[in-house]
Amino acid sequence: MRKVFEMEDLDCANCAARMEEAIRKIDGVTYVNISFIAQRMTLEADDAVFDAIAKKAAKACARIDSDCRVILK
Amino acid sequence: MKRKQKRALAEILISGAIFLVCEGLSLSGVLPAPTDGYDWVTLCVFLVPYFCIGWRVLAKAARNIAHGQVFDENFLMALATVGALCIGEYPEAVFVMLFYRVGEWFEDLAVGRSRASIAALMQIRPDSANLERDGAVVEVSPEEVAVGDIIQVRPGEKIPLDGVILEGATTLDTVALTGESVPRDAEVGDTVISGCVNQSGLIRVQVSKVFGESTVSKILSLVENAGERKSRSEHFITRFAKYYTPSVVIAAVLLAVLPPLIIGPSDFSVWSTWIYRAMSFLVVSCPCALVISVPLSFFGGIGGASRQGILIKGSNYLEALAACDTVVFDKTGTLTEGRFAVSEILPSGDVSPDDLLRYAAGAEAYSSHPIARALREAVAKPLEEGELHPATVEEIAGHGVRATVGTVAGSSPSCLPSRQVLCGNRRLMESAGVAYAPCDRPGTVVYVALDGVYAGCLVVADRIKADAAGAMEALRACGVTRTVMLTGDGEAVAGEVARQLGISEYRAGLLPGDKVDCLESILNDSHRGRGSKVAFVGDGINDAPVLARADIGIAMGGMGSDAAIEAADVVLMDDKPSGIAKAVGIARRTLRIVRQNIVFALAVKAAVLILTALGVLGDAGMWVAVFADVGVAVLAILNAMRAMRVK
Repeated sequence: MRKVFEMEDLDCANCAARMEEAIRKIDGVTYVNISFIAQRMTLEADDAVFDAIAKKAAKACARIDSDCRVILK
Repeated sequence: MKRKQKRALAEILISGAIFLVCEGLSLSGVLPAPTDGYDWVTLCVFLVPYFCIGWRVLAKAARNIAHGQVFDENFLMALATVGALCIGEYPEAVFVMLFYRVGEWFEDLAVGRSRASIAALMQIRPDSANLERDGAVVEVSPEEVAVGDIIQVRPGEKIPLDGVILEGATTLDTVALTGESVPRDAEVGDTVISGCVNQSGLIRVQVSKVFGESTVSKILSLVENAGERKSRSEHFITRFAKYYTPSVVIAAVLLAVLPPLIIGPSDFSVWSTWIYRAMSFLVVSCPCALVISVPLSFFGGIGGASRQGILIKGSNYLEALAACDTVVFDKTGTLTEGRFAVSEILPSGDVSPDDLLRYAAGAEAYSSHPIARALREAVAKPLEEGELHPATVEEIAGHGVRATVGTVAGSSPSCLPSRQVLCGNRRLMESAGVAYAPCDRPGTVVYVALDGVYAGCLVVADRIKADAAGAMEALRACGVTRTVMLTGDGEAVAGEVARQLGISEYRAGLLPGDKVDCLESILNDSHRGRGSKVAFVGDGINDAPVLARADIGIAMGGMGSDAAIEAADVVLMDDKPSGIAKAVGIARRTLRIVRQNIVFALAVKAAVLILTALGVLGDAGMWVAVFADVGVAVLAILNAMRAMRVK
């Protein structure tokens, strides 16, 4: 499944690149792209564990830039 | 301005004011100058503005370190300013923090602005649809409308979904999709594309595609996802940033420790000098200017292009377009309209051109062949029923047609007198024993004989698009040195089109499979030259393999053609070849801006690093360093925003 998430207060382009790298390392993630300009994250992972992975990804983002929030819907 | 930015501005202004007061006290001698690196009273006074402006940065640095993120800009700023405080450079510490926040504030503002203007470029998303349901009209979200539903679009509204007009006629404003400002007319039976604005009349539209499949969604997702395909420059910057920051930090540590250990380990002033230099190193080490401005430029370029009706699927293609020096064209539908039209009327004997055309059109009145359609369309006044005699029409396969056309003499002076018409190719004339004059004009020649006597011929050809010649010139002007035309048509037609347009090479008589081979050989030639790219332009309908094989596949006439949008890397929404040169121009400009930013930022940073290490900047080191960081970032962002402005 592939889903697009909005991101709030993503203010640092370097962080976006590092978030991408961190999320890519999460088990089960098949594709991830963070667009700094559009402030959105495209995440692709197995359907069965998608929600758990999305949460992990959001946590990884918060770890890199504590101001930035991924809006999980 | 967002709330966050307002708060930041307030913090900056308040701390700035306190800082000025402290600096005034210090300069006027009220506060003692630090001796041997510290003075508790002065330090405490300067700590007020320092914390006022810097607490956020310090807190974030601490939080990020707790998360295992050491080398971020907050940490660098915290380290540099704490270091400055330790060696008694109090005003420096406050100023660096202050300037860093100012720079960040500008950065935020600039990024916010560019995000907003890019979003504005894509204001084609419809908000609602007026759905006819159980005899009433209800406003629903476009996602809720199903295929086959009937929606109403009032004047001034955006068409929310693709469909066919059932009732009403109007003019459509397609400027948001194609950049073309001349409105197009639409009436019952016409297909309308979502994203166009209905200008004049109420129309009822039967929906043919769900929202997710409709043109407007496709375009939006294409542009929004354009960032996914990153260019070489973006990859370079990401890789660069990964190594750059840690290496500068290591260099700073070495700079702080090694020279004092060698020169004079016991002398405080030696230590403070080198620590100061090391701190300046840290301040300059943030790669922000690059990591923000490079993707921003590309995004701006893609956004600006989309406003011109040029959709580019990723910044890698923008990069490839900028390096493009060979453009290969498909002829039909790309350079020509893909529709046959009568290009010449060559009567023989005393037949008037108009009569010749009318007889031919009359004979072909019941044929669905494209040539027949072209003949009928060329007639100014349609033939009247009395002039046509369907019962007499005899199709002669592979040759042409025989029919009686015209009315019996005397019924009306404006009508054609009745004749037996033979209308077809040479073989028809030969088999009927008509003495005809062979014609070698480019195109399809239709010979006409009236009552067995040769009356002349008509040439039917595919018309060259009005702006094709201008497009070729524009391409040459922007540095495309080689243009090649591929076509399945015969030598005569291909040669004539190439000559008229000034295309340097052409290959005629190609089967669809041959086009790929031709392109392969052109690619081989071109790739021998360093880094040059080959673009292929087609209408996206039957040349998908060629589009895919080229470095850049450009599809034309994306309006309403899903196949084109899927297959190509660049889609020109209107079917004008002049868009190609425009796209190359935008790409070149964007790349120029990207290069300016990379060179400018790296040069300034490198210069500051070297000058600091050598101690040339002396006491001004940290002030210059903070400019080299945030100042450069802001300038680079402002420069990047230019990419969006496309004329």
